[in-house]
Amino acid sequence: MKQYEMVVGLEVHVQLGTKTKLFCSCPTGAFGAVANTHVCPVCTGQPGVLPVLNRAAVELAFRAALSLECELAEVSIFARKNYFYPDLPKAYQISQYEQPFATRGRLEFALKDGSSKSVGIHRIHMEEDAGKLLHAIGSEELDHSLVDFNRGGTPLIEIVSEPEIRGSEEAYAYLNALKAVLQFAGVSRCDMEKGEMRCDANISVREKGETRFGVRSEIKNLNSFKNVRDALEFEFRRQVEAVEAGQRLIQETRLWDAARQATFSMRSKEEAHDYRYFPDPDLLPLAAEAEWISRVKSGLPEGPVARRSRLIKDFRLSSYDCEVLTSDRALADYFEAAAASSGAESAKTLANLMTTELLGRINAERVEIADVPIAAPHLGRLAALVDKGVLSSKLAKDVFAKMWETRRAAEDLVAELGLSQVSDEGQVKLWVEEAIKANARAAEDVKAGKDRAIGAIVGAVMKLSKGKANPALVNRLIKEALGC
Amino acid sequence: MAIEEEDVRKIAKLARLDLGPEEIKLFQSQLVKILDSMAELSALDTDKVPPTNSVLGAVNRLREDEPKPFGEPERLLDNAPEREGPYFKVPKVIE
Repeated sequence: MKQYEMVVGLEVHVQLGTKTKLFCSCPTGAFGAVANTHVCPVCTGQPGVLPVLNRAAVELAFRAALSLECELAEVSIFARKNYFYPDLPKAYQISQYEQPFATRGRLEFALKDGSSKSVGIHRIHMEEDAGKLLHAIGSEELDHSLVDFNRGGTPLIEIVSEPEIRGSEEAYAYLNALKAVLQFAGVSRCDMEKGEMRCDANISVREKGETRFGVRSEIKNLNSFKNVRDALEFEFRRQVEAVEAGQRLIQETRLWDAARQATFSMRSKEEAHDYRYFPDPDLLPLAAEAEWISRVKSGLPEGPVARRSRLIKDFRLSSYDCEVLTSDRALADYFEAAAASSGAESAKTLANLMTTELLGRINAERVEIADVPIAAPHLGRLAALVDKGVLSSKLAKDVFAKMWETRRAAEDLVAELGLSQVSDEGQVKLWVEEAIKANARAAEDVKAGKDRAIGAIVGAVMKLSKGKANPALVNRLIKEALGC
Repeated sequence: MAIEEEDVRKIAKLARLDLGPEEIKLFQSQLVKILDSMAELSALDTDKVPPTNSVLGAVNRLREDEPKPFGEPERLLDNAPEREGPYFKVPKVIE
């Protein structure tokens, strides 16, 4: 069989983290609110209303463009994209078409094998979101549709990559890197479950070495990064099989069905769209004035790459630890807040607690970092207790679990539960003697030079001490008792 | 400039207009005249003229990001041809 490669370009919609909508003063963040409570005459398209652009939305869009090394257009224009659909009350969406505010950027990110990849950003434009349609209530299919305009008019940017992504893993890595950049820049929280980040993928295949592009399909309904990866894998196989069978691919829009792990053609979309874009006469051009841009630039928070280098330098952490800690801005902020109370000398222990215990819990219970029941300074002090020898790392795990359940400080729990590590030599010696007696065979082996046999005796001491004996002390006292 | 009946039908469909055969003929002849007038403009040399996106000459009319709830969403729902509870009700649409 011939060798094929996957050619992918991604279109990512990101909700800008403003308090109000793009063209009216309705509050955003209506996710889960009663339908049509965050609406006004502007965002429901009543006759005679006029849109007024949100300054904060523009500044967040500029931040995104600057973080992605884009060129900002001196002047950009809002355009009307005309189509009829019930989620669009004006029968046009205000977007940008011929003159978007940003073009020609790039995003650099690390791949799994440690190599670095750079993907060009073709353009970024601003637009308003549509409303939400409801076709069923629970499992009951309706014989009509219902419209909720709470989301309508929410500010979005659409980030269009160049078709420079060469595989599903690269697409996955691109999306994670993009999310981190946007979160760190304070552009968006990028919460996919709330629809704050959405992705469409354009994919085609070609023989390796070929420079022309194949016929692409656009895949929609990709609700998670994992869906993107799975859908691209499926679509790659489908297209390669079609090409191998001598079929002609058609340019089409396909929907990803996560339950069936397959893409399906959206036949209704095959009819070519004719959006009849034209400049919106209700809105003035947007000028990226130099002084304004430099103010936005100076207010730009530290990006994930810079943050990573700083954590490595300030806290002497491994690049792996820093990669994990800066995968999400909230996580990096949590780490730094915790490190402020653990002290830099306990940063490594803190990072270990975070990458194993904290992220383990977060993933298992699917909670947001903001909702973690352990306050960052509390976790910092837990790390300090480990480094001071008050707690063994085993006990730290138990205390962590209690902290998660009770929201209480580590010191309080340690005192109350009598969990602190026993470093009293006299007490530990008694446990060691008892453990050696009960494990005579292992003791003989250790004496005979089989170092590994010591594990059985250490285990017995830990059992006797209910895990509280100081492990370093236990090791030393066993060796002393056995004369080695 | 030629405009066929097919073009008129397509434009009518995009605008959700239901035109009869007579109307299609009528609008066809009107659209031809409009496009002929536009063709006169095309004869001018506009190579050095920037496209006009706005005639007001101003830029950057912006609003601060301060929420001001409208407060009367019920009035908007009451404007709709049909509603159901807090929703606007429309004929079934499924992509």
